[in-house]
Amino acid sequence: MAIRSNSEADVAANEAATVLQSALEFEHSVEGTALAPPIRRTQKRPRWFAFLVGAVVPVALIVFWQLLSTSGIIPAYRLPTPISVWEAGVDLSARGLLLQDVAISTQRVLLGFFLGSISGLAVGAVIGLSRWASLLVAPTVGAFRAVPSLAWVPLLILYLGIHEDSKVLLITIGAFFPVYTTVSGALRHVDHQLVEVGRAFGRSRMNLLLIVQLPAIVPTVVSGLRLALAQSWLFLVAAELIFSSIGLGFLLKESQDNGRIDRLFLAIILLAVLGKLTDALIGVLERFLLRRWS
Amino acid sequence: MSLRGVNRSFAVSERGIPARQVLTDVTLEISPGEIVALIGPSGCGKSTLLRQVIGLDSPSSGEVRIDGSALVGIDQRCAIAFQEPRLLPWRSIVRNVEIGLPRGTDRAIGHSRVTELLHLVQLEESSQLRPRQVSGGMAQRAALARALARGPGVLVLDEPFGALDALTRLTMQDLLLDIHAAEPATIILVTHDVDEALYLSDRVVLLGQAPGSAPGSGSGIVRIVDVPGARPRDRANAQLARIRSELLEGLGVERHHQVIPQPS
Ligand SMILES: Nc1ncnc2c1ncn2[C@@H]1O[C@H](COP(=O)(O)OP(=O)(O)OP(=O)(O)O)[C@@H](O)[C@H]1O
Ligand SMILES: [Mg+2]
Repeated sequence: MAIRSNSEADVAANEAATVLQSALEFEHSVEGTALAPPIRRTQKRPRWFAFLVGAVVPVALIVFWQLLSTSGIIPAYRLPTPISVWEAGVDLSARGLLLQDVAISTQRVLLGFFLGSISGLAVGAVIGLSRWASLLVAPTVGAFRAVPSLAWVPLLILYLGIHEDSKVLLITIGAFFPVYTTVSGALRHVDHQLVEVGRAFGRSRMNLLLIVQLPAIVPTVVSGLRLALAQSWLFLVAAELIFSSIGLGFLLKESQDNGRIDRLFLAIILLAVLGKLTDALIGVLERFLLRRWS
Repeated sequence: MSLRGVNRSFAVSERGIPARQVLTDVTLEISPGEIVALIGPSGCGKSTLLRQVIGLDSPSSGEVRIDGSALVGIDQRCAIAFQEPRLLPWRSIVRNVEIGLPRGTDRAIGHSRVTELLHLVQLEESSQLRPRQVSGGMAQRAALARALARGPGVLVLDEPFGALDALTRLTMQDLLLDIHAAEPATIILVTHDVDEALYLSDRVVLLGQAPGSAPGSGSGIVRIVDVPGARPRDRANAQLARIRSELLEGLGVERHHQVIPQPS
């Protein structure tokens, strides 16, 4: 490309007054953008600060629980002490049972969550992108979504027996719908102007999807995944309460039958911890994706 | 490129907005390498006409032909800079400009082309910023670079310099002419600035309601003015000044010949 270099000088001679003013404005705007990041950085607190603040309430709860359970207001068969719950945990893990329960439950959740969110993403993408697919199958998928997922349990047991398959499939169903709903909805509402950019500069439908549509829905997909994960744990406990002989849900049921309230508390606390841990994994994924795509 | 009897009307929408005719019988022949400026009052259908030209929208009747073949869908030989910058917010400026590269461009060649364009539109220092971190004028220049990256046969620009300050605007006009001299693409450019149209184009097309037509009958070409003189032109040329006032009159701007009496 041949570029004339004296054009600016010509222009400057003709328009001296405007030049001066706009040059000043230009300086100003450059300075403004350069200043923006540091101002935000000063407001950021270190990570451990958030961690400490977040730990205040749980610690206070445990202290309160300890005081309440040792005060004698509530009998021990209704409220175990934190220590006895800890001991129940140590006892179960010494016999190798606890780790087994935790491992199998986590495996079921992760497997079902994975299968459910992948298929939710795929079906949601097809229905969100294609008007025909949407007209044809969206009402049917909507009807399946309207079935309370636990209603599938008897059918699943009848078809698949009480093996792993039926439990994982139930969790898959639970994880599928939140992802499907958020993805198909978000794709339909991607900024129309940006879609046109993709059409004008893209090469194919696939290209449009990769350049514009998928990046645009990343934040929504992540919140869909969050919901799906919570659903997965919900359906895990449901499945294990109803038909299983191992896992945290089974531990709950068994402890209820045996009146082992310390183990009941243990199972609930473990579910909270595991749920929070897996959710934190999604949080890591979210931070990575949002840094890249927003 | 030729436009033949292009009509575009929008149907009644479900929100009760009545049907309306926007473009009526727009017929225009544009020869390869020509620069055509499109002017007309706001809302007269300039952007709509550009959308027909690049195939983002298709005429209700009539047709658009490029190199003798009718346009079907979006043509890879065209590139557009929209009226709004429309940068993808999750990509840096440089990655936004890369979108404009034609398919199958070699990585190294593409990279050097993008770097050169960013230099030309004076954005090399901001190339790593996100669109929300740059000013409106910078975003508009990035959008221009994105369209130029395609190295298109037909370059369609919708008010490409609208958000720029006076100096940058003049620099960018010269940049456009330089690029056109090096790679003579057909350029169709919408502008609100009659001086800009006269400085840049071979022909100025005035779009608007035909005088005496019923309101709501859609805009057509009111007048086509051949701009005399080879580029680069003197912005203060007397002949251009006369055409300018003619065009301004066509846009409905009164000429102020009379001296307004000073109140004493
Ligand atoms: N999708 C649409 N549906 C209905 N009406 C539309 C649509 N797009 C444009 N119009 C109408 O077409 C007319 C012309 O719009 P257009 O954007 O082409 O104007 P313009 O000449 O580019 O104006 P400006 O100079 O302000 O950008 C307007 O009256 C607008 O309301
Ligand atoms: Mg417009």
